[in-house]
Amino acid sequence: MANPRDAYGETLMELGGKHRNIVVLDADLSKSTKTILFAKKYPERFFEMGIAEANMISVAAGLASCGKISFASTFAVFATGRVYDQIRIDVAYSQANVKIFATHGGISVGKDGASHQMIEDLTLMRVLPNMTVLAPSDATQTSRLVELMATTEGPMYARIGRANAPLLYKKQDLKDIQIGKGIIVTDGSDASIIACGTMVDQAVDAAEKLSKQGVSARVVDMHTIKPLDKKLVLRCIRDTNAIVTVEEHSVIGGLGGAVSEVLAEKGSSIQFKRMGVQDIFCESGDPDELFEKYGLSTPFIVKNVKKLLK
Amino acid sequence: MKQYDEEYIRQLNLTAVKIRKHIIEMLYRAKSGHPGGSLSAVEAIVALYFHHMRHNPKNPCDPNRDRFVLSKGHAAPTLYAVLAECGYFDVKELQMLRQINCMLQGHPVCRYIPGVEASTGSLGHGLSFALGIALAGKLDKKDYRVYVMVGDGETDEGQIWEAATSAAHYKLDNLTALIDRNFLQIDGRTEDVMRIESVRDRWSSFGWHVLEVDGHDIGQIIDALLTACDQKNQPTMIILNTVKGKGVSFMENNIDFHGVPPNEMEYKLAIKELDNAQKTLEASL
Repeated sequence: MANPRDAYGETLMELGGKHRNIVVLDADLSKSTKTILFAKKYPERFFEMGIAEANMISVAAGLASCGKISFASTFAVFATGRVYDQIRIDVAYSQANVKIFATHGGISVGKDGASHQMIEDLTLMRVLPNMTVLAPSDATQTSRLVELMATTEGPMYARIGRANAPLLYKKQDLKDIQIGKGIIVTDGSDASIIACGTMVDQAVDAAEKLSKQGVSARVVDMHTIKPLDKKLVLRCIRDTNAIVTVEEHSVIGGLGGAVSEVLAEKGSSIQFKRMGVQDIFCESGDPDELFEKYGLSTPFIVKNVKKLLK
Repeated sequence: MKQYDEEYIRQLNLTAVKIRKHIIEMLYRAKSGHPGGSLSAVEAIVALYFHHMRHNPKNPCDPNRDRFVLSKGHAAPTLYAVLAECGYFDVKELQMLRQINCMLQGHPVCRYIPGVEASTGSLGHGLSFALGIALAGKLDKKDYRVYVMVGDGETDEGQIWEAATSAAHYKLDNLTALIDRNFLQIDGRTEDVMRIESVRDRWSSFGWHVLEVDGHDIGQIIDALLTACDQKNQPTMIILNTVKGKGVSFMENNIDFHGVPPNEMEYKLAIKELDNAQKTLEASL
């Protein structure tokens, strides 16, 4: 187990030494987002913006206009919906080199309740022209994608969860990772489970359980929601008989939405199911209890795959 | 305070009249846009680009340039006309404002239009953007200065006060804001729509150094811009007392011309009035 937030903070701190033009902004949550690690090492390049997210995003864009690589961090709920207009104009429309890195995405935020459980951020960011949207699945991948964010020009949004997560990768597994290219974590021929973020681990578990029941499932880690790896989705249509998408996010407009657009435009009749939050606000509770109640745990993935293959 | 030669100021006033003529031409051709707030902003933007700021139209991306952010993006015609007259792009472009397949968008866009620093039009962002540039200047130990113009109605936006708070917190004395205090916004008088007085006391209480000038008196504006440069550890707000629609008598203080362009008759009247103003100034030189 490792916490992707720690990976974010540590990687940012390391990159700060290599790239002197990285600046980091936070809105009074640096201890939670872990940008505090960068702040301690490079205090002159860290800007505490207080509880004022709109200002933070526009300031990040202003800094970027002077050649800085601006990383702006806060919780996903405050990093997107609250500041949509600032992101739209100052970041996306202006093609600013701003990296919005959000933590505490999805319902696994848990006990803070629906006010803090961001389930719309991938949709909101995906619809913006010029925006790249990432959802890393574990600490190792988080670290690699943060490196790529720093070295790839343009507006980007990334979200991770709050909790510790099992390590799916070793660093050398991801030496060739590319933004916009999904990863086949486990291959299989009956069904494809396309997942992102915290749900990749659940998908891998589900594939193991399915395999014991004689079902061969491919697990795709779709860490880039936009630009979506359409080729890989089309391969899943060709190679398998069913597709399930799983995300800790609304089923509308995020990973499931993006994949269904590809299927619909291809005219595919493949059996298909979007798993995620079903267009409702959730509630306070432990992450596991929430996954169970809202249909996001391993058994639900197993059940859905088998149902589609019937 | 430094006194300027009267003839020098008259030259700048003449430039201001030329800019006003461009604005009227542009809006008439575009058949849309915002005359009132464009005309009230003319002297300040002329003073910045033709006198005060360190900038080079031949090298618009010079890292050491002074920056100007037009936060009240609907005054784009003023900025475009000034940039064109400075030589950032061909004056002919002005005729194509708001036309399809042309460069000059209804509101300013950076990256596409030489000299435009920030994409604005959605009110309330520009002060924050300018603050980011000012922070970068301090971090890089550069001596450039950052200027930003906000509308008076624009200060209804909450983000303005987030930026006001943090600019003072970071002691950004390389940042000068100018508020176009023309007392009118779309739905009526600013004090009826949403009271913002006392403008001076509010900015002062947020930790800003506040100056107040006649926003159509170029001599006063350039003195204030210079005074702001000497202020240490504090950003400066220059209150520009202006008249919405300034320079075209029937547009002055007329809220109907906030976002409606002149028709043919109004266009001809406006140009005639500005031509007369130009002739008077030229005769006095």
